[in-house]
Amino acid sequence: MRSVYPVLVVIAGIVAVWYAAAIWMNTTWTLQQAERAETQLSVAQVVAGSFGQERPRLPMPDQVVAELWETTVERKVTSKRSLIFHAGITLSATLAGFAIGAGLGILLAVGIVHSRVMDMSVMPWAIASQTIPILAIAPMIIVVLNSVGVQGLLPKAVISAYLSFFPVVVGMVKGLRSPDAMQLDLLKTYSANRAQGFWKLRLPASLPYLFASLKIGVAASLVGAIVAELPTGAVRGLGARMLTGSYYGQTIQIWSALFMAAIVAAFLVGLIGVLQRASLARMGMVR
Amino acid sequence: MKFFASGGSIFANKKELPFSSPTRETWIVVGGGICLGVAGILLTLPGLGTAVSIVLLVGVWATLWWQNARLANWQPKARWQVALRDVSVPFVFGVTLLLLWELAVLKFEISPVILPPPSAIATRLFAAHNMLWQDFVQTFIKGALTGYTMGVAAAFAVALVADRSDFLRRGLLPVGNFMAALPIIGTAPILVMWFGFDWHSKAAVVVVMVFFPVLVNTVEGLRASAPMQRDLMQTYGAGYGQTLWKLRVPAAMPFVFTGLKIATTLALIGAIVAEFFGSPIKGMGFRISTEVGRLALDMVWAEIVVAALAGSAFYGAIALLERVVTFWHPSQRARG
Repeated sequence: MRSVYPVLVVIAGIVAVWYAAAIWMNTTWTLQQAERAETQLSVAQVVAGSFGQERPRLPMPDQVVAELWETTVERKVTSKRSLIFHAGITLSATLAGFAIGAGLGILLAVGIVHSRVMDMSVMPWAIASQTIPILAIAPMIIVVLNSVGVQGLLPKAVISAYLSFFPVVVGMVKGLRSPDAMQLDLLKTYSANRAQGFWKLRLPASLPYLFASLKIGVAASLVGAIVAELPTGAVRGLGARMLTGSYYGQTIQIWSALFMAAIVAAFLVGLIGVLQRASLARMGMVR
Repeated sequence: MKFFASGGSIFANKKELPFSSPTRETWIVVGGGICLGVAGILLTLPGLGTAVSIVLLVGVWATLWWQNARLANWQPKARWQVALRDVSVPFVFGVTLLLLWELAVLKFEISPVILPPPSAIATRLFAAHNMLWQDFVQTFIKGALTGYTMGVAAAFAVALVADRSDFLRRGLLPVGNFMAALPIIGTAPILVMWFGFDWHSKAAVVVVMVFFPVLVNTVEGLRASAPMQRDLMQTYGAGYGQTLWKLRVPAAMPFVFTGLKIATTLALIGAIVAEFFGSPIKGMGFRISTEVGRLALDMVWAEIVVAALAGSAFYGAIALLERVVTFWHPSQRARG
C-alpha cells in the first residue's frame, strides 16, 4: 500500500493537469462558435463548452475512456469498429515479429559467445545498426516485400523482429557470459565439453538477463508493428486507427488507439514478468 | 570478453602461435588479393549460369570469412597492431557484405526497384548531396537536435524537483518507467495536429520520446551517491546546492549518460517517423516516404545512409562526452 499511494497521487496529478490543459486548449473552438453566433459567453460557459466536443483539440480523459468502453465492450469483436479487432491484428504481427526477433537474437548471441570471429565482426555492426533509425526503413521494407509478393502479416513482423532482436542479442550475450571463471573451471574439472557447458551452465545462468531483455524487446516490437502499419495506408490495426484518425481529425479515436496500445504493451510486458517470476522461482534464482 | 579471458589462460600457448612469423601475414595479403581477383573476374564475365554464380559467391564469402577468422585470432604484441586488428575485423566483415550485395545484385539481375546495388546508392549519395543536406538540416538539426536539447533539459528539471521529495520520487519512477515502455511514437499524429507541419511538431515528438528515459535514469542516478559520501558532505557543512553540484550530480553522470545514449536513437526515430504524418516538402522522413512511393529506392537508401551516419555520429559524440565526464567510473577505466 505504501508504494501504491504515491503512484496513485502522481496519476491523479497527471489527470488533473490533463483536464486543465484540455479546457485551455479547447476554448478556442467554443469562442469561435460564440463569435459566429455573436453571443457573449461567461467564463463558466466557456469552460463548459470545452467538455464533450465532437472533435476537441485535446479530448477530455472521460471522453477517451467512454470511447474505449464503447469500442471494446459494446461492439462485437469481429466488427471493424471494434478496437479489440484492431488490437488483435497489431498483436498478431507483434507476437510473430517478437518470436522471429527473439529467436534470431538468441541464436546470434550463442554464435557470438562461441565464435571469436563473430564476436569481433558482427557485434560492432549490430551496435551500429541500432544507431540507424530502423523505423525509417519500415516503409521501404513493406513496399519491397509487397512487390516481391509478400503481404499481410509478414512485412509487419519483419520490422517488429528487427526492432526486438537487438535488446535480446545484447542481453543474451551478457547472460551467456555471466558465469564466472570459477564456475567455468569447475566444469573443466568435470571434463564437461562445450555443449554440456552451454546447456548446464551458460544457458541457465543467462535466463535472468534473457527475461530482462525480452521485456524491452516485446515493447520495441509493438512499436515496430504499429509504425509498420503507417506507410501502406493500412486499414486495420492500431497504427491504421491512428493514421485514419489523424486524416479525419478524429482526435478521440487517436487517443483511444494510443491508450489501447499502452494497454497491450503493459499486458505483454506483464506477461513476460509473470513468466520470469515463475521460471526463476522454479530455478531458485529469485532475488 | 570474460569468456575469452578465462579461456585464454588455459589455451595461452595455442593462441600465441598464428601470426608470429611474417610468412603468415603475407599469406593474408595474398589470400585477400586472390579473393578480390576472383570477385573481379566474376564482375566482368557476363553469361555465367546461376549455379556457377552461387558457387562463386559462396566461395568469395568463405574465403573472406576465413581471412577474417585468421585476422581475428591474430595476437600481436604491439598496441597499435591490436588496435588495427580490432578495427579491421568488423571493417572486413562490412566490406564483405557490401561486395556480396553488389555481386549478387549484378549476377542475379535483381531489379533496382527491389534492391539497388551499393554502387548505385553511392552514386546517388554524391549526385543528390544538396537535397540530402537540406533534408538533414530540416530533420536532424531543426527537429531532432532541438527536441533532444529541450527534452533533456525538461527531464533534468523534473528530476531535480522529484529528487527533493521522496514521495514524488516514489510516485514518478514507476509511472516514468511505464511511460518509457509505451509506444510514445503514437503521439506523433496528435502533436503534428497541434504544432503544424514544420519542424516544431517534430521537435515536440522528440521531446516527448526523449523525456521519460532521461527522467528515469536521472532520478535513479541522483540516488547513486553512497550515504557515507553524503555524510561526509554534511560534516563539511555543505548545503543542499553544494552537495548537489559537488557530489550527487557527478555521481549521477554514469546513469544520466545511459539515458542520454538511449535518447539519441529515439530522437532521430521520432523526428523521422513524425514526418510520415505530415511535413513540408523537405526532411528525411518525407523524402523516404515519397521516394518509396516513386520506387526510387536508391534515393531511399542514400537517405538511410545519411540517417545512419548522423545517428552513429550523434551516439558517438555522446559516448565521447561520457568518456570525458565520467573518466573516473570503472567501466571507463577498464579499457586501457
